[in-house]
Amino acid sequence: MGVASMKLAIEEFMEGARTPEAVQQFLDSHQLPIVRDGTITFLWRGEADAVHLRHWIYGLASSQDLQRIDGTDLWHLSLPLPPGSRVEYKFEIVRDGQGRWIRDPFNPNLARDPFGANSVAHGEDYSVPEWAHSTPESAPGSYKTISFPSEAFGRRVLKLYLPARFRTTRRYPLLIVHDGEDYLNYASLGHVLDNLMARREIPDMIVALTNSPNRLVEYANDERHARFITEELVPFLEDEFPLRTQPQSRCLMGASFGGVAALSTACRYPGFYGRLLLQSGSFAFSDIGEGHRRSEVFDPVVKFMNQFRAQPSAISERVFVSCGMYESLIYENRSLIPLLKSTGMNVRYREARDGHNWENWRDRLREGLSWLFPGAFLMMYE
Amino acid sequence: MSPDKPAYEGTVVLLGPQPRDFSDLAAAVEDLQIDDPIALITAGWQENERHDGAIKEALNQEVINLSLYDRSEEVALQTEDFVAAWGMRQKYLRRLQQFYRLRLDVIDDADNSIAVRHTTTELLEEQLEITVSQLRHLDEDHLARCARRRARFAEEWPIDNLDSLLSHRRQIAEELDKCGAMILAGGHVVALLNRLRLFDVFSNWKERPIIAWSAGAMVLTERIVLFHDSPPFGKNLAQLLDVGFGFCPDLVALPDLSNRVHLDEKAGIGRFARRMAPAHCIGLDQGSRIIYRDGEMVELIDSARLSEAGEVQWGWRP
Repeated sequence: MGVASMKLAIEEFMEGARTPEAVQQFLDSHQLPIVRDGTITFLWRGEADAVHLRHWIYGLASSQDLQRIDGTDLWHLSLPLPPGSRVEYKFEIVRDGQGRWIRDPFNPNLARDPFGANSVAHGEDYSVPEWAHSTPESAPGSYKTISFPSEAFGRRVLKLYLPARFRTTRRYPLLIVHDGEDYLNYASLGHVLDNLMARREIPDMIVALTNSPNRLVEYANDERHARFITEELVPFLEDEFPLRTQPQSRCLMGASFGGVAALSTACRYPGFYGRLLLQSGSFAFSDIGEGHRRSEVFDPVVKFMNQFRAQPSAISERVFVSCGMYESLIYENRSLIPLLKSTGMNVRYREARDGHNWENWRDRLREGLSWLFPGAFLMMYE
Repeated sequence: MSPDKPAYEGTVVLLGPQPRDFSDLAAAVEDLQIDDPIALITAGWQENERHDGAIKEALNQEVINLSLYDRSEEVALQTEDFVAAWGMRQKYLRRLQQFYRLRLDVIDDADNSIAVRHTTTELLEEQLEITVSQLRHLDEDHLARCARRRARFAEEWPIDNLDSLLSHRRQIAEELDKCGAMILAGGHVVALLNRLRLFDVFSNWKERPIIAWSAGAMVLTERIVLFHDSPPFGKNLAQLLDVGFGFCPDLVALPDLSNRVHLDEKAGIGRFARRMAPAHCIGLDQGSRIIYRDGEMVELIDSARLSEAGEVQWGWRP
């Protein structure tokens, strides 16, 4: 690649006329933000005292200044963006000493989460997986809302996903998902399950979509949670639905604190869950003492992880772990892998150029689920 | 098999995946000018076996669905010991498949490591020959082990006293006697293969035409090859499943070729074709047609052959 082709589009623009018309023509002629040759250029147009890029890429300063191009109202910032990256961000527009966070008005790509929505930049070679979208070829599963009494927590309500081909005469594996509603709403879990089952990339399975009203407590190695899931929910579902009851047909899945809930529940009931799917688990630990740099909600997590790290054991058979390279938990997740492998468990680990967010977790579901529960897709020739 | 006489003296038409209106199938049936009822096997669709309305509508003539999947469920209810033993056999075969696959992976790993070394073309070509030879050896060994396990099962579990199974076999034979042709739909290739064997569907079929697509086409060949270049995880290495019924000799049927195979990966395609030789590796995309008469491939329409040089030969003629 020659030096000339490395010149950024914004640099080329700055060499020309800087009239309002030229700015508009420049903006109209590019897909924004501009991604080229491993670099991303963010652009914002308007009057402000300052404009900052706000993002969640661990390792880069979380606020980066956009520079105003002299003679125009166009602001820009270029950063390296490796291929395959996916980055969520906002702009902070500062006027009269007040900062206001907004989504990028030039970028239609959004990622929703429980706190709202962020703009999303896609690096070269990244595209939203087609299996994450609703397709007419994939018959949708059905949902049942279930309310049942729990000694551990009082009455709990959860949603159950039944596969489109559900038959009472068959027996199914059980996938228990922590933060199930969020997985449905922000990680397209329903569409993912519909598609992967329709393509037989995973077998038909029943999915329990659990939620917690107090997840930062209940998911942080809380004995009540493990008891609720294992001694109350699973037996209840096995009584009511045609489930397989071997460990290899039971999977716990969760992201962030939900990952801690999955791992700690499996630790409290070793051998009961033969499959674990852990995404960006908040597996904070300390190498000496129990002090850590995170907030106090991590105290029980650090205690649990330190104990697990001191005496790791084969609590399950297969464990899929994923984490984003751009999240602060990458160190903790990378550190966990050799430890899990040392126990003899079958471990698969996947990193992605993404952050601590639902779409990262969505994008890893196909590999994780199909590795834990291989379907008959290689046998299907329609 | 006598070398002078083909295993099957009728016409076999192999098709690719069907459009929603089954128009390819309808055209193939029309070309054969069949007046008698047509037997339909949709066991590859498993629990959706009965969802055959669109096929019946497309053909506009009498179609008798043999309901092999449903029949196998009935047999299962009435012959518990036999079915339990069958299940154990299937479990063994699945394990065998997994271990065979593990061994293939090791050969593939070595081949990949060698292929990137900086050495002479001659030496690399020699190494490729070793790879192909090892793969072929494992393939043959796998097929032989599958056959031995099936033979052992047949010996240990004679079906003479399985009234339910025998009764279904008789019913199927009677239905087939009325039919002038047979259609085999695609779907789950193992589900289809097992039920065709369980009900001994082909023993009295003689030379009447067979039209089959996708998994249906695969089971009519001599060797069934499982393949997909974009698996959700792991390698894209093709593997043999088992022997088929051999109506279409010297053919490896590759349904939905353009979607399932990376056609630009010349080295992989060449190696695969060499591994399967002398059989021809031929794709069956939507609209493709391969016609066999008296055990010989006589015509290809909109199909592609994979060559040992790694080329995708559209329009290749037998």
